[in-house]
Amino acid sequence: MNSQPVYLVDGARTPFIKARGRPGPFTPVDLAVQCGRPLLLRQGFPVSAIDLVVLGCVNVVADEMNPARVASLRLGLSDEIPAFTVQINCGSGMQSIDTAFRYIERGTHEIVLAGGTEALSHSPLVLSSGAVEWFAALNRAKSVGERAKVFAQLKPGYLKPVIGLERGLTDPITDLNMGQTAEKLAHLFNVSRRDADAYAIESHRRLGEATKNGRLKEEMLPAIARDGTVYDHDDGIRPNTTVQDLAKLRPAFERPYGKVTPGNSSQITDGASWTILASEAAVEKYGLTPLARIVDSDWGGLDPSIMGLGPVTSVAPILRRQDMAVADVDLWELNEAFAAQVLSCVAALDQPEVADGVLGLEGRGGQIERDKLNVDGGAIALGHPVGTSGNRITLHLANALKRLGKKRGIATQCIGGGLGGAMLLEAA
Amino acid sequence: MGRMLNALSERALELGPARDAEPSGHFRISRDANNVVWMVLDRTDKRVNTIDRPVLEELAGHIERLETEKPAAIVIRSGKAAGFAAGADINQFVGASTAEIKAALEQGHQVLDRLAKLSCRTIAVIHGHCLGAGLELALACDRRIAVTNASLGFPEVMLGLHPGLGGTFRATAVADPIEAMTMMLTGRSMPAKRAKSIGLVDAVVEERHVAAAVEAAVSGDLSRKPKSFGGKAMGFRPARQFAARQMRKKTAEKARQEHYPAPFKLIDLWEEHGGDGKAMQRAEIRSFAELIETETSKNLVRVFFLREKMKGLKEGESAVEHLHVIGAGAMGGDIAAWAAAQGIRVTLGDIQVEAIGKAVAKAAKMFKAVLKDPLKIRDALDRLIPDPEGLGIAHADLVIEAAPEKIELKHKIYAGIEPKLKEGALLATNTSALPLEDLASGLSDPSRFVGLHFFNPVSRMQLVEIVRHGQISPETERRATAFAAEISRLPAPVASAPGFLVNRALTPYMAEALVLLDEGVEKERIDACAEEFGMPMGPIELTDQVGLDIALDVATSLRERLGEDALPAAPAWLTKMVEEKRLGRKTGRGLYDYDDDGKPKKAETSASGDAEMLDRLILPMLNAVVSCIGEGVITDEEVVDGAMIFGTGFAPFRGGPVHYARQRGVEAIVARMEELSAKYGPRFHPHPGWEKLKG
Repeated sequence: MNSQPVYLVDGARTPFIKARGRPGPFTPVDLAVQCGRPLLLRQGFPVSAIDLVVLGCVNVVADEMNPARVASLRLGLSDEIPAFTVQINCGSGMQSIDTAFRYIERGTHEIVLAGGTEALSHSPLVLSSGAVEWFAALNRAKSVGERAKVFAQLKPGYLKPVIGLERGLTDPITDLNMGQTAEKLAHLFNVSRRDADAYAIESHRRLGEATKNGRLKEEMLPAIARDGTVYDHDDGIRPNTTVQDLAKLRPAFERPYGKVTPGNSSQITDGASWTILASEAAVEKYGLTPLARIVDSDWGGLDPSIMGLGPVTSVAPILRRQDMAVADVDLWELNEAFAAQVLSCVAALDQPEVADGVLGLEGRGGQIERDKLNVDGGAIALGHPVGTSGNRITLHLANALKRLGKKRGIATQCIGGGLGGAMLLEAA
Repeated sequence: MGRMLNALSERALELGPARDAEPSGHFRISRDANNVVWMVLDRTDKRVNTIDRPVLEELAGHIERLETEKPAAIVIRSGKAAGFAAGADINQFVGASTAEIKAALEQGHQVLDRLAKLSCRTIAVIHGHCLGAGLELALACDRRIAVTNASLGFPEVMLGLHPGLGGTFRATAVADPIEAMTMMLTGRSMPAKRAKSIGLVDAVVEERHVAAAVEAAVSGDLSRKPKSFGGKAMGFRPARQFAARQMRKKTAEKARQEHYPAPFKLIDLWEEHGGDGKAMQRAEIRSFAELIETETSKNLVRVFFLREKMKGLKEGESAVEHLHVIGAGAMGGDIAAWAAAQGIRVTLGDIQVEAIGKAVAKAAKMFKAVLKDPLKIRDALDRLIPDPEGLGIAHADLVIEAAPEKIELKHKIYAGIEPKLKEGALLATNTSALPLEDLASGLSDPSRFVGLHFFNPVSRMQLVEIVRHGQISPETERRATAFAAEISRLPAPVASAPGFLVNRALTPYMAEALVLLDEGVEKERIDACAEEFGMPMGPIELTDQVGLDIALDVATSLRERLGEDALPAAPAWLTKMVEEKRLGRKTGRGLYDYDDDGKPKKAETSASGDAEMLDRLILPMLNAVVSCIGEGVITDEEVVDGAMIFGTGFAPFRGGPVHYARQRGVEAIVARMEELSAKYGPRFHPHPGWEKLKG
């Protein structure tokens, strides 16, 4: 097959808004509309040139089934343009880019809008299965007597809803919470609490720097809620936090000895991100300036209980195919689900036992330098709206490559359930 | 609408066997296999159906035939996409004598009575607008099936009338009488669902189920809602008397009986005859014929035509699909929101993103009030795009600048945006004070520059002054005018002159009120005087509403440009109040103090104004209007009257300032102004333009 070059020409995200225990100002589609509108306005091509819309979203709300389609129509795209939603858990925002990449690569599509959106603050409250059975019995009851009988069976626990988000962040195969999988990695790769905390501090510092110096200006566009509130920065960022502050926090998942705390984990936030992918023909036709070319992408898998190591399983086939070593990659965006998990990935690629023995890198492994890794901070500082993050890191990688004049970069992330996804970009 | 749905939309309207029937006059009529006759009203001469004499005469002919043919049932509906019928043709009232009108009314009543008496079942199917005489036709049928998009109402009261083709007695008999009365008294339309809940229609169905619903109505499966207890009680006079008192009270809060007699006559009519259809019908005809003779009704009919005339100033399309507004302040934000509510894609720019945020919050409120439906609100908010970077400028077909009134600032803005404008885009300013010639200087293409002067609040003030200047191209003026009409506002073309029309006319009125205040007259008394004349708001309250800072600014700049004799100097205390930030309603304190709902706290005043006070307030306004005509700021007297009514709320029942002046007598006004001029100074000196009006 004669594959066509594919370019990432632009993209934008909303500020990431911390979930504060109740539904935030935007639904998943609202978020996608908020950053999609200004992004489309700044393009050199007409909206009618878009052939397809793909959007990643994990927690779809009941009022917005197929959020890609709802967003597409609300953005004013023609009703004749197909739009579909993709879901591979925390990799959904990258899966949308991967999907768009494949359509353009095969030559059938010219311009595709690929995004990710997530409003974790809108996660539903779920009834326990016992409560659902009880409601069903109540509905079936016909006479007053029958109803009274069902009422008598009501247990107080039925009225306590399960927080959907909690279930969503628990792996169903192993019943481990995502934080617990990070604890497991910290143990297996001997990551200390101090190292994890130090990593987290640096993430906040880097994001703070990037924001202050206007490096996110093109990438992060303000969102305005119906009540007029302007959201113009990632509100989870704490650039002044110290190692001492973080050291005081108690473990979030495995008390009392765990190392994973709220301070060295990604934050729970709402946010959306879009990228625009274009063929060479479209770039020429509309005089677009690509940020980067998408060279390759892949997915990998491993045991769900160590899902945090997913990135190395997806990076390995790309390095092998492209005959590149870890050192040949100029910039890395490795999604910061947990500091311990990022550090474990870094360690794994540097350990021949893993890199060669398991991943078959045949000597291509090595250390990812800290100054090449997440140069402008990551999810620990700005949060991890699960369906959005993969899109954000790919977009940010493209922007960072351009800004720093670097050649090649990899964006990769771990995915709950034991998966990893990666994309190799090259400066255009 | 997408291509597919658009291609299929022709099929949507259910016309039964009449779909392919040949038109006979204004109707298309056919009979189905079950002997049900479908009569589709589809006027050959108009885009919307109206009910006038020819239609009623045709209908009479068909009824006569059907009386003998005895079909199983008759279905009446409209073949127009817009709706059932827009009411009576108002043109037929113009210039007709009372006798003619009465004869026409009686003939119309006979036709509808015969329709009502037909032995077969008659069914009206109502979609879209069903107003006035259209609704009266539907009410003469046995059953009414409303399609979900139907909107039913009696707007007659807006014309100083009440329903005259049987509406008063049929609506109160068919629907809940109190609700029916409220509907006729307010003139407001109601959606299908609400119409069903008050018993005005018998079913609400989607268009796709019309045929099935008609079948149910024919076979008797569609029953009428039984009258509520309260509804039955209104058959008794004491109950009606009690209700009528409440209605009079509520109506008086909105309109003065001496200005607007129609609603009060309607209440009398129902109180006296409610429950006795025959008597009420006779009284309705009599009362309607009397009302149509009143100056109020004649003037309100005039206002209706003024509106039509202003709408008709639109030639062709504006081709504006994307509007960019610069400045998210009170006016810019409101203009952007209104245009978005009207279906335009809007980008709203401001150097401060917080200002855009405030405008979005205000827009959300406006949409809730105007659009109501949550989906429409969502779509309008999606169309209103915050644009702190000004990305929309390059996409916009029209850019409206609504920045603060500083000429250097505006020049700077234009210099920044002009190179970004796309080919064929218009550049407009919402300035109310600065000369357009000055603003246009420095533009590389002044021919596409125009003034689009909106009024506050945009959602309620229908007027937009389309301001021309020496270098404007006719195409720019045409498109700007069309744009105003497309977003349901009324355009009035004016020349760039100090204050254009509306501010030039309002400023002397407000300035004189301040002089009166300065002389020690109670502010409540001044306002009451103007309100008695029929102004929607007294000049003191209006000054607060406009904002003391803006009022002072406008008055000062107008006085500078028109000369010291044109306007009284602003009192020194006004400047002081502005310095102290007592700016009126927006700051909670101005000439009045304001409560939390933004209502002025007015002291009770028993004494109202006298004739001299009224003339001191009104005549300078008329004088300014006449000077605008005399100086060619605006030439068409009817558009002048329309602009003053829709831009200032000038007493609509007086038909507009020019009409009022002519009614009162130009000579008399000029003489009165000479008197006032001698007594109070040259600001009352009549403009030479009055001479032309004398002719």
